[in-house]
Amino acid sequence: MSPILNIKNLSKSFKTGDQVLKILEDINFSLNEQETFAIVGPSGSGKTTLLGLCAGLDDTSGGTIELCGVDLGSLNEDERAILRNQKVGFIFQDFQLLPSLTALENVIVPLELQGDKNASAVGKELLKKVGLESRINHYPSQLSGGEQQRVAMARAFSNRPTILFADEPTGNLDEESGENVVKLLLDLNKEAGTTLIIVTHDLELAKQTQRMIVIKGGKIFKEETKA
Amino acid sequence: MNQLKTKNQLGWLLKMAWRDWRSSRKKLYLFIASIVLGISAVVAIQSFGSNLKVKIKSDSKSLMGADFIIDSRQIPTEKVLHIVDSLGYKAREINFASMAFFPKNEGSKLIKVSGYEGLFPIYGKVETQPVTAAESYKINKGALVDATTMLQFDLQLGDSIKVGEVTLPIAGALKSVPGKSAISASIMPPVFIPFELIEQTGLIQKGSRVEYQFYFKTDELTNLKQLEKELLPILDLESADLDTHVSAGKQLGDGYNNFGKFLNLVAFTALLLGCLGIASATNIYIKEKNKAIAVLKCIGVTRKQTFLIYLFQIVFIGFIGSLFGTILGVGLQQLFPILLGDFLPVNVSFAVIPSVVILGLTIGIIMSVVFSLYPLISTWFVTPNQVLRAQETAGKKKKILGFIVAPIVALTVFLFSYLLLGELLYSLIFLGGIVVVFTLIRLIAGVFIKLIKNLFPKKWRFPARQGLSNLFRPGNQTITLILCIGVGVFLINTLYLAKDALISSTSFQKNVETPNILLLDVQKEEIKSISKTIESFDQPVLEQIPVIAMKVHSINGVRTTTLKEDSTNGIKNWVLDGQFRASYRDSLVKSESLLDGNWIGRIDDLEVIPISIDIGFKKAAKLEIGDRIEFNIQGVLLETEVKSIRKIEWSQMKMNFSVIFPEGALNSAPQTNVLTTQAPTNEIAAKMQQKLVIAHPSVTVIDLRSVMGLVENILSKIAWVINFLALFSILTGFIVLIGAVRTSKFQRLKENAMLRTIGATSKQIFKMTAVEYIILGILGSIPGTTLSFIGAQLLATYSFKTDLIVSWIPLLLVPGLVVVFVTFIGLANNRKIMKTSPKEILRDGSV
Repeated sequence: MSPILNIKNLSKSFKTGDQVLKILEDINFSLNEQETFAIVGPSGSGKTTLLGLCAGLDDTSGGTIELCGVDLGSLNEDERAILRNQKVGFIFQDFQLLPSLTALENVIVPLELQGDKNASAVGKELLKKVGLESRINHYPSQLSGGEQQRVAMARAFSNRPTILFADEPTGNLDEESGENVVKLLLDLNKEAGTTLIIVTHDLELAKQTQRMIVIKGGKIFKEETKA
Repeated sequence: MNQLKTKNQLGWLLKMAWRDWRSSRKKLYLFIASIVLGISAVVAIQSFGSNLKVKIKSDSKSLMGADFIIDSRQIPTEKVLHIVDSLGYKAREINFASMAFFPKNEGSKLIKVSGYEGLFPIYGKVETQPVTAAESYKINKGALVDATTMLQFDLQLGDSIKVGEVTLPIAGALKSVPGKSAISASIMPPVFIPFELIEQTGLIQKGSRVEYQFYFKTDELTNLKQLEKELLPILDLESADLDTHVSAGKQLGDGYNNFGKFLNLVAFTALLLGCLGIASATNIYIKEKNKAIAVLKCIGVTRKQTFLIYLFQIVFIGFIGSLFGTILGVGLQQLFPILLGDFLPVNVSFAVIPSVVILGLTIGIIMSVVFSLYPLISTWFVTPNQVLRAQETAGKKKKILGFIVAPIVALTVFLFSYLLLGELLYSLIFLGGIVVVFTLIRLIAGVFIKLIKNLFPKKWRFPARQGLSNLFRPGNQTITLILCIGVGVFLINTLYLAKDALISSTSFQKNVETPNILLLDVQKEEIKSISKTIESFDQPVLEQIPVIAMKVHSINGVRTTTLKEDSTNGIKNWVLDGQFRASYRDSLVKSESLLDGNWIGRIDDLEVIPISIDIGFKKAAKLEIGDRIEFNIQGVLLETEVKSIRKIEWSQMKMNFSVIFPEGALNSAPQTNVLTTQAPTNEIAAKMQQKLVIAHPSVTVIDLRSVMGLVENILSKIAWVINFLALFSILTGFIVLIGAVRTSKFQRLKENAMLRTIGATSKQIFKMTAVEYIILGILGSIPGTTLSFIGAQLLATYSFKTDLIVSWIPLLLVPGLVVVFVTFIGLANNRKIMKTSPKEILRDGSV
């Protein structure tokens, strides 16, 4: 079985004036289908940068990333966007819903992009699953933080992604909402059979995944697999 | 990898553009308003101009009163009479300028006397009060007098008018004459008298400025162009001319065109100012959307798709703005006949011109898109990674983008100005002017801001310091606001100063030695008697100037008829066509200076006469020292050579001549004289005119003070129209200003709420805002005012050839009012912000 995500010798650095700032160095790991995976580490360790690189949101400084069997380095920005639309789902710490779109419209954007004529029905079904069937026509500004994150989750699963990237999904939520969101995320993920990568500094959340790496100073400090 | 389906893509992109627009439309209302006024001004002027041209074309026959006219400014020769007889004229007219005397109140006025024989007008009609007077005056031996003149002199039907030796009862008031505008009637009001009485006036004498016109009617098949081509050379030799209704209509249209072009530019400037607002607003709008763009890219939207989502919105905004502007403009065109009514020879009716509507819509959409191009293309460089962390995108790429977009903007401005002006050079000058003004205001504003930064008053109190430092805040719109204020002030002040300079350039010099009464058409034998009359008022005859009427016959041996056929020689038509007046004397006068060659003041040999020409005539006739001109003086050809070139200060309102002959060359030629004198008061001027008109009815008396009053009246009417259009720029400037202030409202809301949280009072926030906007107003007004003075100085020196009159209105009042208004807008827009409670600092989860 070929891996869904295969990272080899990945590095990322930024140039600030004359100085080169190394963010990530010599990162290697791979993920298989339906695997759940956590990237943990302290603030500034490079975990969000790693997530962005894995999803093709940014260019690497070295090494290769294969996502769903495609070398991201061989794709231009638009090709990477199309790949994301077809294979990838996202959940962000600050929800990143489009403020000008209603809850339903936010959810169905990825499907509409694919030209799916059934997008609206799929969207409504997903919002029902996350318990927001009565809020489909509400704008993000009319929803609470927990509700916004649930809309974001419905959007993330709308295009039936092969892999889902979640960046601190509970970071902006209170404890109760956070727990509900995590439970919902894992349930939806199990149901859809999606590979899941979560970036978090919440060890309790990380422990709920099958594998975990700890990043420190831009390098993999520790790798753990659930028995 | 599957590509997205194109069919769905366009529909989806439109849907996404609509969704995005839907939630942001309130922010975009002011963007739309920015271009509405500019578009409406352009559409109004274009519609009016097109309607006027159509009307002139359709009414060209009734404007002329005939299909064509043959006219001569001397008694028609046998040959001319033979031609007009063989062509079969329907009506003929003899007209001349003369003084009219009204016995009822002993008033006198310079009028244009016309006598018609036959069917005049062939087309159109003479409107009179009573209506029947238009025909009955001939039978009843009465006169038709210009209606305004009758009002001025309190004349009633039946009162008398004395023209030369003839006294007639007034049979009717002349309300309108084909082809005559109210302005032309106010300069020389028309008076009709029966044709057979013309001779009896005794005013047709040798040297009198009399015009003989023959009116013709043709059938539809007659080729007027061919007729003109065949007859004109023959008539030219006989000092006669032929005008068809087509060429006369074209001339009228061309006359409006020049003024219309200027109005178009004023309107286009208002549109440009609006586009500046669009550019600034779109910039902020797209910046605010950066995170949403990153999210879209993150979930799979390509760069092209993102660009198109926002492009469609801008096209929509441009369309809505243009649509409102066009509708408003189509309605506003009805104001122009009211504003310009006195200048128009026809009644322009209201009509919607499809091509102008299309122009209005196109110009609005294209300008909106082009001026939004920079922020639009910058969406290309927003990376999806910005969903994870805020970062400044592609600084270098955006700089390169600026270099690409700037020429596109310049090219678009140039193309539209060319479309409106139709002249390449003027369009380039306009573009250059716009670039220079915008660049200079931008540079001056930059220098001021740098100075404030470097010399920051650290000892000022907190609110003032905070207000001042607001000017340097990122995304604060300072430069846009300064540009809007600066360009607005520049426009208002330049128009104001230019109007003043224009009026002053023609203003009457009120010193004792300057003549203010001119007596024209004085025959040699009348000079003594007229001088005595003038001296009886204790006034001297200041000048006695001989005047000889002539036409150019050939230049350097080439006949004018041949020169006219060659459009590439650059010689102006008036040189080749017109009859003009020359004089002779032995020395230069005060209003002249020698530019080139040698002044020859006296000659005895008549073979080739040395002449002096003025620089204007030199340029118009493409002449150099040593060139030869042959003049036709009442059939006698006179060979001359250009020996000197003079510069004339035409603004001095003196009797000046383009061509001056030396003493001895023309002394025996048929001539009249101009005498000048000075009347110290209006009362003496009136009495002097009255006495002269009674004693010498053939002499025309011109009171320069009343002429100046008329000129000032005309100029103030033109200024009114210009000011009306400038108002569009000013209002657009204010809208853009309000828009620019509002776009940074959200940022201010957060900042001020934060300041309130840490203890700032409403009063302190009010002070900060006031300081910021007062300084903004000043920073915009200073470069605007300075540049307007430079612009007006250049106009005064090089165009109006006069000194710049510096009045306190543009110097102090306009900038002062602008500063007050800017501060008011700033405070009004921030009213809500000042009242916002700290709890407004809420977490906003959406992007």
